[in-house]
Amino acid sequence: MRRTALAALLSHWRRHPLQLASLLLGLALATALWSGVQAINAEARASYDRAAEVLGQDQLESLVPRDGQRVPDRVFVDLRRAGWQVTPLIEGRWARAGRAVQVYGIDPFTMPAGALPEAVGESGDISGFFTPPGRGFAAPETVAELEGAEGLPPLIAAEGIMPGILIADIGIAQTLLRAEGQISRLLLAPDQPLGRAPLETVAPGLDRLAPQETADVAQLTGSFHLNLTAFGFLSFAVGLFIVHAAIGLAFEQRRAMFRTLRALGLPLRTLVGLLAAEVMLLALVAGIVGVALGYGIAAALLPDVAATLRGLYGATLSGSLSLRPEWWLGGLAIALIGAGVAAAQSLWRLWRMPLLASAQPRAWARASARGFAALGALAGLLAGVAVIAGVYGQGVVGGFVLLGALLLAAALALPGALALALGAAERLARGVLAQWFWADTRQQLPGLSLALMALMLALSANIGVGTMVASFRLTFTEWLDQRLPSELYVTARTEEEATRLRDWLTPRSDALLPIWRVEGPVFGQSAEIYGVADHRTYSDNWPMLLGEADVWARLARAEGAIVNEQLWRRAGLRIGDPVPLPGGAIRPLVGVYSDYGNPRGQVIIGIADLVAQFPDLDRRRYAIRTDPAAVPELRRALVQEFGLPEDSMIDQGAVKDLSLRIFERTFAVTAALNVLTMGVAGFAMFTSLLTLAAMRLPQLAPVWALGLTRTALARLEVLRAMLLAALTMALAIPVGLILAWVLLAVVNVAAFGWRLPMFVFPADWLWLGALALAAGGLAAAWPAWRLARIEPATLVKVFADER
Amino acid sequence: MLLSINGLGKGYDSGGARVEVLRGVDLALDPGETVALTGESGSGKSTLLHLCAGLDRADTGRIEVAGRDLAGADDATLAALRRQAVGLVFQQFNLIPSLDVGANLAFHARLSGRDDPAAIAALADRLGLGGLMRRYPEQLSGGQQQRVAIGRTLAARPALILADEPTGNLDEATGDAVLDLMLELVAEAGAGLLMVTHSPRLAARLSRRVHLSGGRLA
Amino acid sequence: MNVRALILALFLPLPALAQGFAGLGQTADGYTLPQRGAVLDFPRDHGAHPDFRIEWWYLTANLTGADGQDYGIQWTLFRNALAPGNPGAGWQNAQVWMGHAGLTTAERHFHAERLGRGGTGQAGVTAAPFAAWIDEWRMESHAQPDADPLSALRLNAAGSDFAYALTLAAEGPLVLHGERGYSVKSDLGNASYYYSQPFYRVAGTLTLPDGPVEVTGNAWLDREWSSQPLASDQQGWDWVSLHFDGGDRLMAFQLRAAGGDYTTGTWIAADGSATPLAPGSVTFEPRATTRIAGRTIPVRWRIALPERGLDVIIDALNEAAWMDTTVAYWEGPVRITGSHPGRGYLEMTGHD
Repeated sequence: MRRTALAALLSHWRRHPLQLASLLLGLALATALWSGVQAINAEARASYDRAAEVLGQDQLESLVPRDGQRVPDRVFVDLRRAGWQVTPLIEGRWARAGRAVQVYGIDPFTMPAGALPEAVGESGDISGFFTPPGRGFAAPETVAELEGAEGLPPLIAAEGIMPGILIADIGIAQTLLRAEGQISRLLLAPDQPLGRAPLETVAPGLDRLAPQETADVAQLTGSFHLNLTAFGFLSFAVGLFIVHAAIGLAFEQRRAMFRTLRALGLPLRTLVGLLAAEVMLLALVAGIVGVALGYGIAAALLPDVAATLRGLYGATLSGSLSLRPEWWLGGLAIALIGAGVAAAQSLWRLWRMPLLASAQPRAWARASARGFAALGALAGLLAGVAVIAGVYGQGVVGGFVLLGALLLAAALALPGALALALGAAERLARGVLAQWFWADTRQQLPGLSLALMALMLALSANIGVGTMVASFRLTFTEWLDQRLPSELYVTARTEEEATRLRDWLTPRSDALLPIWRVEGPVFGQSAEIYGVADHRTYSDNWPMLLGEADVWARLARAEGAIVNEQLWRRAGLRIGDPVPLPGGAIRPLVGVYSDYGNPRGQVIIGIADLVAQFPDLDRRRYAIRTDPAAVPELRRALVQEFGLPEDSMIDQGAVKDLSLRIFERTFAVTAALNVLTMGVAGFAMFTSLLTLAAMRLPQLAPVWALGLTRTALARLEVLRAMLLAALTMALAIPVGLILAWVLLAVVNVAAFGWRLPMFVFPADWLWLGALALAAGGLAAAWPAWRLARIEPATLVKVFADER
Repeated sequence: MLLSINGLGKGYDSGGARVEVLRGVDLALDPGETVALTGESGSGKSTLLHLCAGLDRADTGRIEVAGRDLAGADDATLAALRRQAVGLVFQQFNLIPSLDVGANLAFHARLSGRDDPAAIAALADRLGLGGLMRRYPEQLSGGQQQRVAIGRTLAARPALILADEPTGNLDEATGDAVLDLMLELVAEAGAGLLMVTHSPRLAARLSRRVHLSGGRLA
Repeated sequence: MNVRALILALFLPLPALAQGFAGLGQTADGYTLPQRGAVLDFPRDHGAHPDFRIEWWYLTANLTGADGQDYGIQWTLFRNALAPGNPGAGWQNAQVWMGHAGLTTAERHFHAERLGRGGTGQAGVTAAPFAAWIDEWRMESHAQPDADPLSALRLNAAGSDFAYALTLAAEGPLVLHGERGYSVKSDLGNASYYYSQPFYRVAGTLTLPDGPVEVTGNAWLDREWSSQPLASDQQGWDWVSLHFDGGDRLMAFQLRAAGGDYTTGTWIAADGSATPLAPGSVTFEPRATTRIAGRTIPVRWRIALPERGLDVIIDALNEAAWMDTTVAYWEGPVRITGSHPGRGYLEMTGHD
């Protein structure tokens, strides 16, 4: 019985291959976008874990200098000779000529078992490892990136090392990092001998820290991944609209069959079970396809994501994607859940349907005004949630709840709003055709509303994200111009060279501004502390958000500190609050400046103040103010007369280019997801129109019979789709703008710590509107073309068939 | 002459075999004349009607409606003919579901440019639809829907009315009432009526009866 | 092979502790080689000889606790030059140091291992004042200025579950093995410089999981350095240092090789006079074995030296005295029965 019944049920799909295709494709697309994003997230999470695992730092306690500065080798020896089983680490960024790598220097002899990268141990040449020039171990892609870079030891590609880092012997690394005799921190072996002297008497100034359970970078990038997840979810929701529509239609069209099956004695329970099994089967197939597609999407997007994370957060992601069970299983699960959700309503209706209910497909295509009202009420409720989230919500999650509720509310309110608009148009219409056109459009609304909601989501997301990115870009470029006033930046190779360079440059430039900094904990998080010279370059250009006119003078007098917006927001500071610096000094907060694109907190104090507190700081970097036209000549002179390597200099233009490039890649992924979401929405339109086209013949045939040509009807069909798209676009604009505001003023602040001014770009809307019209027109084109070419006999059959 | 059919032939491909439905039909119909078209199921009655309405094209022979030969007419001409000269009443009513009764009644008339709200209002009253003007088709009974369909055709004042079992979906009493009304209104308008029916009882109420059998009229 | 094994492979002087140790049989290009007839010069030669490839300071002690129990301890500092010539400064210093410490009771065996490179101060040896150290482990002289620096030592080491701190006083002279310190290791002429201080009286404290134990006893220090101590076919060795109750001492070893074992040693009379043994005059005969770490290890030996009327059985105090260091070997105290009863230390390497 079951088999016969199932065969009958499935025969529907054989007769309606297009419906089957739209169901499978819709679900597959939804799953693909979702699982693609999840794949990227999973890959990133794995990379962060690997970063935390680098050199066993996820397992081992560490001893870290309290002031965030480096300590001399002597501290390591003192600790060892006092019985402390520690191993030294030097860590720092090596950069030359635009290529950079995070260098870790290790001592393989004291490294606890298991912490040493396997590849280093297996290399078989320990003396080559630490005898100059030494060896650098790195991931194959990192080795490829660093190919030909001068100044690095011979590189050895090794699997299992995080990309973007280079592992070398500590002595070699100290030389690379120009930090001879210095150690960043020490790792503690798990087993310590009996009878050690107390830490504080052996090496005062060190803090004992627990193993890094999660890398800092995982926290930093959390918002970015939430962002991706939100987009993935949006796409999935859009996809579900398609699936819901396709399943609903298939159920409605089979009502006669359900009735017959039940009349022939199939129990309702069995029927519902069979249909549920059918849905799950289809979901499984679509899910597998979707996961495969998702893998493709993720693989295509991963390089951009990796570049973004590296540029924005300094987090390194492997460029290759692995099939991780957590996301492909998750993808299948979400396909099943999605299909289940989409089918639940239909199954429930079937469960409640009286045996002798009409076999006419009515409910699906002809939802009443009451249905719209119910949706409107739900939309109102969600709008309420959005308002509450906006007022009381906390952080990134609050921001996304606000966004989700807002978008969903807008989508749900759409059919009602469109019905009102079309009703008004109908009342205003004069001609009979116009009147019929509006009435018929309104009549079609229920069948199209899911697709239109999907389009609405995609359009508002597009407007919102587009506005955010464009606002960000505008702000960022202006800010870069302010922030990088100096024409040329130089780094000497040694302190001695730096001194000579200073003497040499002073008569040859307008001003020489030290760019000296240290790193250390401020308000519990690692921050950068810069010193600034007392020079009008800063007072003229520096982009301040808050602060008195005499800020720079106060810094010069060591009477204050300014912090970047991120730190200011994170620590909840007010002007005048004390800012404790690493090492113990405290300066009152006298100003706040914007600092886009920097995930870390930053403090600026006077240069003399900085030097007084950190006498050992690296003094080799300078910014040079000079006539921009003189820069090439100065560069030549620096190389030829002074003997500075070309790659020790970078000019303003190159820095800006680099920053903007990072910026552009940051939003490349968002843009790609945006386009994909639009694609899904367009597909939803298309399948909806296609299924409607088959059902609409009885509605169109009489009009044809009464004297309209097929071509005219087809034109009207296309016009109708474009009109609906245009109306949806019109409603999407305000929603998109609210979305943009939430992204800029709520999500960005919570995620990155900076707030951006909002700019509107109406020209972009025109472009997007044209795109929406095109999407509507294209989606309607094929069904309309078929209508124009339809055999009159097919139309005539409408009059003969009993429907 | 309102409708002139000479040597009309029409066939279909059905499962690889050619089925000749009409094999030389001749028929003439004058204004004011009402003709019942009877025949077995599948004898080609609906086909003949559809050919007369320009919904389909003949294989051989000639159809003239109001003096215009349908054979050479293009889609647009045929559509114009349906708007202006021909009115169709279907067994399935085929109302436009998105429009209310008032709009459905006026629909054809307004398409043909012969919209006369007063006349339509009067017609609606005659049809007993006066109180239903704001309703939508799906809210009407079968008899009410068929009355709207007839009203839609009559409101457009076509010269030739083609009806395909207009009461076939109605019970006998309702069907009779609707037919009475239709004949009365056709007579008033002086239009010609070609009506397909398989009921001899109904056929007898028209001025003339032709029987379609073996692809020919008798 | 991990990096430790790699270091050890270049490192251990002991014959072929494992396959990886075949490196010890490599040629000694660039390194200084021991010369027959060279005269050892103290205290200078107590210090390190960086131009030789390998070197060690190797101390074992048989101890008795206040509780009446027998104990043994081992303290070893190995030096290995990874490259000949100037050792280099700081982190680039190519002298690698390794410390091994062991503590054996009848029931338990504790051990620990340390690694470090020279040049930073983490590990090293100075001749005057004498000190050898790696991390907090130290062997340091407190001898009078005119006495041999090795005649009075303080010694300590610790692991996560044991520690010891001992004071050592020599009651006899230094003993030179072979030809006045030139010790031949194979028929092919491989050799090392080798001398000992076998006459220490020891007192001090062991720290065990159950608490501290005061101990006294005897200790034996071996000093050896070379650049190519083994013949290429030698696979392992068995080595003993024995304190007989009568006051005499015996150092003997056999180097096991495919082409025939090489045995020799030194008879040390109670007065410190030393007699090198002719190759083959002393015999090693395994009597009982035990399984440790998947290997068969002889833990009872019959050792005979007919020319001295010596015929003894040595038994491990604890058969499980397995040094489970990166490259493992057996090293532990033994009891001696037979013609010359006493106590001593046994070291075995390269058993499968």
